Amino acid sequence: MDTQQKLQQAFSDALGIPPEKVIDGLTYNTIPEWDSTAHMVLIAELENVFDVMLDTDDIIDMSSVAQAKLILQKYDVSFA
Amino acid sequence: MPVWPDSRKGWPDVFSYPPDLFDLPVYGLASAQKQAMLDELLQSLSAHHYAHCQAYRQLVDCNPFDFSSAPSPGQLPVATRLFKDLELASIEQTEVFRQMRSSGTSGQASKITLDGPSAKRQSQVLVKILQSWLGKQRRPMLLIDAPSTVKKAGAMTARAAGLQGLSFFGRHHCYALDDEMQLDVDKVQAFFTEHGEQPVLIFGFTFIVWQQFIQAMISQGLTVNLTNAILIHGGGWKKMQEQAVTDEQFKATIRQTLGNVSVHDYYGMVEQTGTIYMQCEHGHLHTPVWSDVLIRDPADLSVVENGETGLIQVNSVLPTSYPGHCILTEDLGTIIGEDDCACGRLGKYFKVHGRVPKAQVKGCSDTFV
Repeated sequence: MDTQQKLQQAFSDALGIPPEKVIDGLTYNTIPEWDSTAHMVLIAELENVFDVMLDTDDIIDMSSVAQAKLILQKYDVSFA
Repeated sequence: MPVWPDSRKGWPDVFSYPPDLFDLPVYGLASAQKQAMLDELLQSLSAHHYAHCQAYRQLVDCNPFDFSSAPSPGQLPVATRLFKDLELASIEQTEVFRQMRSSGTSGQASKITLDGPSAKRQSQVLVKILQSWLGKQRRPMLLIDAPSTVKKAGAMTARAAGLQGLSFFGRHHCYALDDEMQLDVDKVQAFFTEHGEQPVLIFGFTFIVWQQFIQAMISQGLTVNLTNAILIHGGGWKKMQEQAVTDEQFKATIRQTLGNVSVHDYYGMVEQTGTIYMQCEHGHLHTPVWSDVLIRDPADLSVVENGETGLIQVNSVLPTSYPGHCILTEDLGTIIGEDDCACGRLGKYFKVHGRVPKAQVKGCSDTFV
């Protein structure tokens, strides 16, 4: 699985939505599945999958799938 | 007849914040600069809510009041009671993202209407304030509440909002109470075994921490020796005062039971979620840069001198979706000073004495029984 697929799977598992719904434009709080409770589940999932430690700024900034990629890139996770 | 300044026509219809406003240091702006910023923003917010909220407009029009010439302390405050009696909103129904309510079990709850941008702004500011106390790193977190508190359907309660807001600062979240609000001994012991040596974050509502957690730990003979923990608690002292528990006793008992814990009370309310007033190591509550605290004489509502006790008014630049930028609470407090607390933080610092006697009891976070 490449990092893009891992990211899709992590979002899908954490939010309980099909992987094909995980597109760059998917935004926090625009679907019922991605609310503030699910957000913390998502953060924990991303930390596990990519073996990173996200800080509170990252949590606030992670407002979309595209934004999640940018934040993970700070921690040397690359998306081809 | 409303007293309208001529310049009203010049006011922009859409309120906007100055760039970088939310990058200001949380406790780093001295009085003169801060007041100038607040004067301008609170006045434009009054104009914004006057233009977009009919009930607010009627309140302003009832008074011979001219907010364009009034400084920020003079802006007409809205009594917290009105958020129970009225649905005060400055947005269309279609823009409503979430309604917050106080978790009062008796009487009417306050209803606060948020759009997406307001909800986001509240989270951002809460995080900014807490980062200045906790740093940016997240800590293993023990939440002194039941998991079901945040899962209840319907409008979000103040307690749920507090738990969710603070959970941004945690990892390995553990709820210390079960769904009957009883101590979950196994879970809590497992949490302490695994994380007790780390800088643990503990969060809960004051009376719940005291009654359901600490008293249960004591009665079951449980103690733990945390090495570097921080407890943040809020929600009010009404029930604590009924049991005659002081802040000092509360802190001492926490340390006897849990070890090395730095304990911080905070003051805040659902009507201005996001803004919290954290208690420093000298026992004072501190006003962050985006808000202000005033004390008014309960008899005539005039603003009193620092050191005098009266009704607390809280001003905040955050609310755009409801007219809650200036709110008169039913709490009594005293401003101790401004910009000169021994802890070094700038801004006003104050103490809260509790609810004004005989006030209709306001539903809030500590109404759990």
